[in-house]
Amino acid sequence: MQEKERRYDVVVIGAGVSGCATARELAKTTASVCVVEREDDVCCGTSKANSAIVHAGYDAMPGSLMARLNVEGNALMYELAKKLQFTVKNIGSLVVCTSEHDIDSLRELFARGVANGVPDLQIVDRDTLRSMEPNISPNAVGALWAPTAGIVDPFGLNVALAENAATNGVEFLFDAPVTAIERRPDGGFALETPRGRILARCLVNAAGVYADQIHNMVCEDKLEIVPRRGQYMLLDTTAGNHVHHVVFALPSKMGKGVLVSPTIHGNLIVGPTAEDIQDKEGTDTTAAGLAEVAEKCGITVADVPLREVITSFSGLRAHRAEHEFLIGENPSAPGFVDCSAIESPGLTASPAIGRMVAGIVTNILGLEGRPAGEFVDTRRGIPNMNDLSFEQWGSLCEENPLYGRVICRCCHVTEAQIVDAIHRPVGARSLDGVKRRTGACMGRCQAGFCTPKIMEILSRELPDVTMENVTKAGPGSEFIEGHAKDSIAREDRA
Amino acid sequence: MSDYDVIVIGGGPAGLAAATSARGEGKRSVLVIERDQKLGGILNQCIHNGFGLITFNEELTGPEYAARYEKLARDAGVEFLLDTMVLDVSPDHMVTCVSEARGMQRISAGAVVLAMGCRERPRGALNIPGFRPAGVYTAGTAQRLVNIEGLMPGREVVILGSGDIGLIMARRMTLEGAHVACVAELMPYSGGLKRNIVQCLDDFGIPLLLSHTVTRVEGKRRVEAVWIAQVDEKGRPVAGTEKRYPCDTLLLSVGLLPENELSRAAGVELSRVTRGPVVNESLETSVPGIFACGNVLHVHDLVDYVSQEATAAGAAAGAWADACAQHQAHDEEPGIPVVAEGGVRYTVPQSIDPERMPEKLTVRFRVGGVYEDKRICVYLGDERVIAKRRPILVPGEMEDVTLKREDLLARPGLEKIVVTLEEA
Repeated sequence: MQEKERRYDVVVIGAGVSGCATARELAKTTASVCVVEREDDVCCGTSKANSAIVHAGYDAMPGSLMARLNVEGNALMYELAKKLQFTVKNIGSLVVCTSEHDIDSLRELFARGVANGVPDLQIVDRDTLRSMEPNISPNAVGALWAPTAGIVDPFGLNVALAENAATNGVEFLFDAPVTAIERRPDGGFALETPRGRILARCLVNAAGVYADQIHNMVCEDKLEIVPRRGQYMLLDTTAGNHVHHVVFALPSKMGKGVLVSPTIHGNLIVGPTAEDIQDKEGTDTTAAGLAEVAEKCGITVADVPLREVITSFSGLRAHRAEHEFLIGENPSAPGFVDCSAIESPGLTASPAIGRMVAGIVTNILGLEGRPAGEFVDTRRGIPNMNDLSFEQWGSLCEENPLYGRVICRCCHVTEAQIVDAIHRPVGARSLDGVKRRTGACMGRCQAGFCTPKIMEILSRELPDVTMENVTKAGPGSEFIEGHAKDSIAREDRA
Repeated sequence: MSDYDVIVIGGGPAGLAAATSARGEGKRSVLVIERDQKLGGILNQCIHNGFGLITFNEELTGPEYAARYEKLARDAGVEFLLDTMVLDVSPDHMVTCVSEARGMQRISAGAVVLAMGCRERPRGALNIPGFRPAGVYTAGTAQRLVNIEGLMPGREVVILGSGDIGLIMARRMTLEGAHVACVAELMPYSGGLKRNIVQCLDDFGIPLLLSHTVTRVEGKRRVEAVWIAQVDEKGRPVAGTEKRYPCDTLLLSVGLLPENELSRAAGVELSRVTRGPVVNESLETSVPGIFACGNVLHVHDLVDYVSQEATAAGAAAGAWADACAQHQAHDEEPGIPVVAEGGVRYTVPQSIDPERMPEKLTVRFRVGGVYEDKRICVYLGDERVIAKRRPILVPGEMEDVTLKREDLLARPGLEKIVVTLEEA
């Protein structure tokens, strides 16, 4: 579908959490901004499939961008959650040491955290640890306790940033992978996408695992992003109380090891693995990977009820050899700003990343802030029925009777929430879009009962969507192949 | 004074039969709360025949069977709340529900019957490696799409698991013009009824691959192929036996799980084997006055048995409500435990009080493997009172024995009742 040429001050490539955080910050200026995304929705890459942890900030090396933005992002996250009404829970994290020999490594981690400015760190002994986490491994000898860590709804964060950016004038263009970038004589850029040509004075590269391809279209130096796959298992809410904090093993060279944590949806998450792969679309799980997760979660936590698994998934971290965020204007390409190699703790850091990148763009273009009061810095979230009292739910029903129609039985998501998710700015267009915005389909039946009902609602609410072309996650993932009796009709005609 | 004598949660076959029976010829007020817009539960999408052979001595379709029980319930004067989701059942029988028509409501009951049915085990529970594309459906979801919506989820199909819905859908998809490449079953035997294997697979030339499983799903957006491998006796894939089946659809029929979230929240004790409530001879759960029947109690093979069981549960709930209304004390003496041994996986009920049991009580169970030429035996203490010869026993088919009240009463001090298999 060829569309007219669009022209913006800033184009952000990638509608993940860093891209949307950047776009939201830029919306505080007078710049015209467009976020261009290859998939059909926000939060389709690294941002959707990760541990969903708000890291405290003791992992990264002191002085690194990762360390600084992690600690800043952690502090900003809890504030942002109030303003934009997505869910975070400040449950704290434990890095568990299972051998007396490794106590020094734990102390080292403590010292690193202190150097990074992480507040309130503490090393707790075996007994304290056991009282905090009764299911901790019998081998545990102590842990680093970081009370500022937490868990976050990664979809909620990403969607909230995007919606709020859109409310403040940022445009979004989906199904638009950037296939080529041309330098224009006026110093700007021209982007080719299947949805038309887009002109920008300044470009932000927040393309996740594809950031190297974008970077290398424009810059003289070459970037390599390696998809580092992490496989996870998600356990039913019946297992959600098995631990009460984010429980890490002592980190290794390949990352923070396998963690065990409650999720904000009340499930238990275990994972990830860390495997460097070639395929930037390689979000499949493997028998070996899942077996590794099952084995390693037992290092720190005893008796993880793995039989309660309801789904498994993979995410790809945008890793580069330097293991450091790449943020800044490229010296060889004025106006091209990398927001690349955003691997863990990128989700935590995203509010700080957004500020930093927007600041760089503001300097390049000499942007001015919008008049006071013009930027709307809050957003109304979609209510979670499970958090409401009988009276609160009842009064929502009086406002809108569709709050009384439960569509997702497992998670108590109502038709009103789903309709709301569809009609918001940057609304849901697919089953996965509805899922990420409302929490529907995330329960123990894994969409068995509600798939046909959500398909019906999407096809009723969206003019260009029918039962026949509803997708799971954008073009190519249609649920329906045709109508029953089609083959009989064909035979009749023959 | 409660709003209703008996509230039944769920308007499928179990709920309808329980409600009709609880009504007791108009003597009690009975309310059925159903989350769908129609009564009948999963039977509405089971448009094949074979229902009701035992109850009505004829072969009905699922909707026909449901319609007969709906009529019985309506004629009996049972009240209904449709399109209404129950959110909570408290241990003292307060039912909280929500609907578009009436918003949030609290309704109290003398006794409660749990009849929420079951759901299908999803793909995630199997941890099949690979992508998570569109095109992977539970057999029941596909059945709804085809039979209710008139939509085809795919054309080239592989089915994992040989549960009854999977077998039925193998035939259904074939009749609709799809090609079903095979049904792969992890176990060395099928989980479904023999008649379904014959009528749905054999008659259509669809291969049943026993001791096989799906080891990988290919296709990032929509299923493109699945890999199937043979498994060893521990269910692990055997290296070198993997074969690729190009397809656009993977249907799963890998088990049904009783839907006991409400029961759990109400404090009802659940069995680790059946995943349903532990019940006594009256089908009463560990929470006094809360009863259970149908697939929420244990997964059945034939709906006729669901109706029988639910009729008993409804009557017991009605009697409980009567006693409650007359402020009679309930006898909370624990019954005699029924113990499953020697290949019998579980029994329902799990305990029996001879004083409260009817003249004849049906004890239902399933076996854990395939057994040939065995006797189903029941011991009261050391004494064998039943030895029923069975040429074949399979996990896919429910079995039962009938205990007589007089036999139990004749043995005071009886400590356990054992149901077991012995050589014929």
